[in-house]
Amino acid sequence: MAHAIEADRLVKHYPGDVRALDGLSVTVGRGEILGLLGPNGAGKSTTVKILTTLVRPDAGTASVAGHDVLRRPGRVRRAIGVVAQQSGADPGAGGRANLVLQARLHGMGGADARRRADELLDRFGLRDAAARPVKTYSGGMRRRLDVALGLVHRPQVLFLDEPTTGLDPEARASMWAEIARLAGDDALAILLTTHYLDEADRLAGRLAIVDRGRVVAEGTPDALKGELRGDAVHLEWGEAPDEARVRAALGRLPGVRDVVLDGPRLSARADDGASAVPAVLAALDQAGAPVAAATVARPSLDDVYLRYAGRRFAQADAAPDAAPEPAAIGGAR
Amino acid sequence: MSGLLTGTWWMTQRRLSALARTPAVLVMTLVQPMIWLFLFGELFKRVVELPGFGAPSYLDYLVPGVVVMNAVSLNSFAGMATMDEIERGTMNRFLVTPVRRSAITNAGVVEQALSTAFQSLVIIALGWAAGARYPGGAGGLAVLVAASVLVGVVLAALSNTLALLLRDRNTIIGLNVMLLLPLTFLSSAFMAKGLMPAWIRHVAAFNPVSWALDAGRAAMAGDPDWGSVALHGGWLLALTVLTIALAVSSLRSYQRSQ
Ligand SMILES: Nc1ncnc2c1ncn2[C@@H]1O[C@H](COP(=O)(O)OP(=O)(O)OP(=O)(O)O)[C@@H](O)[C@H]1O
Ligand SMILES: [Mg+2]
Repeated sequence: MAHAIEADRLVKHYPGDVRALDGLSVTVGRGEILGLLGPNGAGKSTTVKILTTLVRPDAGTASVAGHDVLRRPGRVRRAIGVVAQQSGADPGAGGRANLVLQARLHGMGGADARRRADELLDRFGLRDAAARPVKTYSGGMRRRLDVALGLVHRPQVLFLDEPTTGLDPEARASMWAEIARLAGDDALAILLTTHYLDEADRLAGRLAIVDRGRVVAEGTPDALKGELRGDAVHLEWGEAPDEARVRAALGRLPGVRDVVLDGPRLSARADDGASAVPAVLAALDQAGAPVAAATVARPSLDDVYLRYAGRRFAQADAAPDAAPEPAAIGGAR
Repeated sequence: MSGLLTGTWWMTQRRLSALARTPAVLVMTLVQPMIWLFLFGELFKRVVELPGFGAPSYLDYLVPGVVVMNAVSLNSFAGMATMDEIERGTMNRFLVTPVRRSAITNAGVVEQALSTAFQSLVIIALGWAAGARYPGGAGGLAVLVAASVLVGVVLAALSNTLALLLRDRNTIIGLNVMLLLPLTFLSSAFMAKGLMPAWIRHVAAFNPVSWALDAGRAAMAGDPDWGSVALHGGWLLALTVLTIALAVSSLRSYQRSQ
């Protein structure tokens, strides 16, 4: 088994001429978090539904935990935990009852199921609310229960479809810590979809940027940002240095370009700002123009998104043709 | 096979505990059949005097009719619970567990069957309190309850099929509106067959509500006609199996269509 998740050129159409997936391919390894990042309607949830055996693709193949999702859906279901975009907890039942039933459906015995439910209630801080109907839970509590439901049977592969949407900053931070732990300590393979650039940056070891049903860029967050070829490097002196000397010193350094000197301030671009700065500082020191302050601005994932999807993330998300309602899509395209 | 049984058991237990949390619903839905029972009972009291009706009191004749009409009415709304499951996301959560698809359908069938049996017994008891008598005894009543459960399951399966294929609450209400009156009035629920216009009698012969009533009344008679019970019960059972299979396959097509 090479990868925990392997999706190859998935295609999915919906009625009304909607091409939800247009040849999407991704892979995820054990202990890895792959972030699927994309605006509304990009095809993230459709990908998750296909990989979790809910939806059949029109074309393409996929395997999860080594089992083909079309030919062996039963085996796939045993191996996966799913946290759907929409909560799947039974609102009338309590948190514990939801967890125990989920364990039972996965074939666990009574004592085992109850023990596992209590373990997860503790782990997700839901002990005190265990008997209360889920409809009385706050959004954060409900989302934590959703994740707990996905983990009951100790899956090898976990799907998290927008696990933190609608949570307050504190709840998001604790959810992030929990997700990071799942990939770290428990070595789960995790496919995480998100709208949040900071979430993707923070959690995902690797990112796939999805736009209109295909992966338009893929790599580690840093590599993707690095590919923009050019961190912004800003330098400042107490008083304006000698321009000729500064230019001569920087000209000898490979990978530093677009030097603009404006009085005591200089800005340039460097392939990898963090490693270029020490060399820049040393060269200027030697040239007799020691720098007072230096800052490096990394390109953001928003810049990455702009480059690969051809539009700013925030704009893409708000674009009317990417609205989540199928009707709106059908009409717009 | 054991997976199917345990899956059905757990899914059923869940539905029943939901029912136990809101017992008022089961009682509230009994108001309507109560009204039928006493309204029709009063209104048509004297039809037994028509020559050839063949029953000693109209109330005796009416109780099985109301029992079966209630089963049709109650179960035609079963798809609403399925719509709730779809809209709340619980359906998809169950579909990505290894639980058997037919266990999900069966749980709904068992819940509907138990609710229907309970309500049928209540109607039978209230009818008795109002003066109806059941010469066939416990055996006859058991057949009536079983027949009402089967008709109920047929309607529940159709209602669930609509819910899964069309995902529209109005269609489910439409099923009740469109089927309840024709199914009950084009049957022997309220009028003896011998007194019906010929065309209604022909239609009624193909009406599952009539099958249930013929089986029930044949068993409830002082001198039960078990041949008729077996014949009509057999047709009903066959239709029940067919409609459950339809509901299971519509669950699969729901899965394909989403
Ligand atoms: N059941 C369906 N019927 C018709 N169209 C659908 C259906 N499900 C999804 N779509 C369409 O497929 C496209 C992809 O939807 P999908 O839910 O995968 O997007 P997403 O990336 O998860 O978006 P979001 O960020 O809003 O959750 C959208 O255009 C959506 O309208
Ligand atoms: Mg989505």
